[in-house]
Amino acid sequence: MIQRTAAVAAGKATAAVSRRFRLGGGTALPGLVAERIDPDVIRELSAQLSEGSVIVTGTNGKTTTARLLRGIAKEAGLRTIANRAGSNMMRGIAAALVDAAGWSGDIASAQKRLGIFEVDEATLPLVADAVRPRGVLFTNLFRDQLDRYGEVETVAAVWRAAVPGLPPEATVVLNVDDPSVAALAAVAQGRILTYGMKDTSSGEGKLEHAADARWCTVCGNELEYSAVIYGHLGHWRCPKCGNTRAEPDVFCGQFQAEVNGSRLTLKLPGGLVEASLPLTGLYNAYNALAAAAAAAALGFGRPAVQRGLNAATAGFGRQERMRVGGRDVQIMLAKNPAGLNQVLRTIAANGSNSDLAVFLNDNIADGRDVSWIWDVDFELLEGKTRSVTVSGLRAWDMALRLKYAGIDGQGASPHVEPEPARALKRALRATPEGSTLYVIPTYTAMLEVRDQLARWAGRGAFWEAE
Amino acid sequence: MKGLALRVAHLFPKLMNIYGDRGNILCLQRRCEARGIGFEVEGLELGDQLKAKEYDLIFVGGAQDREQRLVAEDLVKVKSRPLEEAVKRNVAVLAVCGGFQLMGRFYRTAEGEELPGASVLDMHTIHPGAQAQRFIGNIVVEWNGTTVVGFENHGGRTFLSGNVQPLGHVVAGFGNNGEDGGEGAVYRNVFGTYLHGSLLPKNPKFADHVIEAALRRRHKDFRLSEIDDAVEHAAHAAAVRQATRRSIIR
Ligand SMILES: [Zn+2]
Repeated sequence: MIQRTAAVAAGKATAAVSRRFRLGGGTALPGLVAERIDPDVIRELSAQLSEGSVIVTGTNGKTTTARLLRGIAKEAGLRTIANRAGSNMMRGIAAALVDAAGWSGDIASAQKRLGIFEVDEATLPLVADAVRPRGVLFTNLFRDQLDRYGEVETVAAVWRAAVPGLPPEATVVLNVDDPSVAALAAVAQGRILTYGMKDTSSGEGKLEHAADARWCTVCGNELEYSAVIYGHLGHWRCPKCGNTRAEPDVFCGQFQAEVNGSRLTLKLPGGLVEASLPLTGLYNAYNALAAAAAAAALGFGRPAVQRGLNAATAGFGRQERMRVGGRDVQIMLAKNPAGLNQVLRTIAANGSNSDLAVFLNDNIADGRDVSWIWDVDFELLEGKTRSVTVSGLRAWDMALRLKYAGIDGQGASPHVEPEPARALKRALRATPEGSTLYVIPTYTAMLEVRDQLARWAGRGAFWEAE
Repeated sequence: MKGLALRVAHLFPKLMNIYGDRGNILCLQRRCEARGIGFEVEGLELGDQLKAKEYDLIFVGGAQDREQRLVAEDLVKVKSRPLEEAVKRNVAVLAVCGGFQLMGRFYRTAEGEELPGASVLDMHTIHPGAQAQRFIGNIVVEWNGTTVVGFENHGGRTFLSGNVQPLGHVVAGFGNNGEDGGEGAVYRNVFGTYLHGSLLPKNPKFADHVIEAALRRRHKDFRLSEIDDAVEHAAHAAAVRQATRRSIIR
């Protein structure tokens, strides 16, 4: 107890210092400090939460799904504790709990509190062991930053080993459209709730190049798809051993794209929910479906699910909209081929005169290896761009990829400006007033670009005077 | 050169397509078509026969371990003989990453299991175990008086023997085994390398070298004309800067 009090105090002091001197790192460093003093700080603080915790893991959609689930929990009358987007290792979770704790070392108001933690795929076993979750949501498993994890199959193996050890009271929530996530049902010891996309009419029909796990997890044979939703997610079956996607407990029966969002009909255990989601793209409908399934696993009612989804707002750098100098700027984070293909589809569907600014970095958090851009279908935007600006540490790699895809703005090659602030100004200048500029950054570029745009938001078209 | 075409066999395009291998095929196609040279590519999967006489170039890319095992089996049982035949006939072979490893005599996995390879290149690869450092990062190789750039990501260490020469020498990065400074392998018209990223788009000189090697078998002294590579050269130069900057810090 004394050890925890000291740990929490040290963590809180670190956070205060970081904020005071704008050192950044406020999302992880306090957690790191607290864990050093009391290695059990996560276990002890999370045990105080009256409603327990739920974990969201998977390659794509963690942040948005966790955010949607928070909205639903709020509508269900709960308060939540959540780690910050991207800080999804142990220290990030420790930091969130320390932040919620008082100087006494206890969570100040633990009543009606639920922990919602988005957790890095490979870190899942550690976090699950520490927080003893009531539910674990597995969304999907895509190629992501191969240089960090080695291989998709490695993560799948980590999950298969972790699931049997989850607390018996934890419900495992599985996406049946992803073969390697669906395979976890075989090793789960406790309650299982499955979800999937029933409406495949907006899917891609055939496997795109970025598709990963199209091999049977039982016998290794190539899977057959009667419908592909995106990437390798879809209605699959193995022609050799009969391993087949199971009918999900929770599903999206209808998905209808609208200009600023989508309409969803979700089937939950208790009945239907008609939601009007203010986020565009099929992949966000998927996130909403995942959040609804997790909500069902936690026992939240359908009205809370509906209100929570209807009130959704975009998260940090994920379809976040800003108004800068009379232009609408929409930031769409690019993480991996499957996710970026979804972003490109959304942009392509919104018209044929798009203004784009693409920022490619190769820092550790972006993935050091930029070869993934060759697996992205940039060809989707061919003939659909008015202006294209390319920036970031690997701007020229991106320029070359776009050259291959035949993407150019008004007959000219993409404009390359490695320095991000100058690139943003150039892109804003090239975007007509009243139009939308789509900013597509990798993770570390997003942090930089978002900051810059936030400083300019609300001001006039100041770059015109320069 | 009317009717001239580059005929490519792409081995295991579904199983071995990691690390942006698609970019290599797109590059071959683009650089041929820019010169009015026809381009034909045929994907050969597990069990498909390789008819050595019908191709100028055989390409094989990288894969994850699970896929690599399936491929190794097929290479030995189905494709190693025609591959050997093709190499004798001076058909060009470009093997990247996992595909490169499988062109050797064997690959010893981290668990110590020995997977026999196609034995097209007199070399072998040993994975020193799961705890050993993985060679990951940007890499620059001195090749033919210029440079080749890319990204490497491999646990296996490759050792050349006999008539096999390294493709180039490491300027920044690890290369074949992190010891002898060699990267990749060349024997006759067979080119092997750990560099992906994708390899060919950012290395237009090397790409043309491979295309010329492939076409010269049927068209002696064939030379490719110059094309506009301004973006390619800029991307190459930027990648060299990035790799050397980082390696100084390391
Ligand atoms: Zn099967």
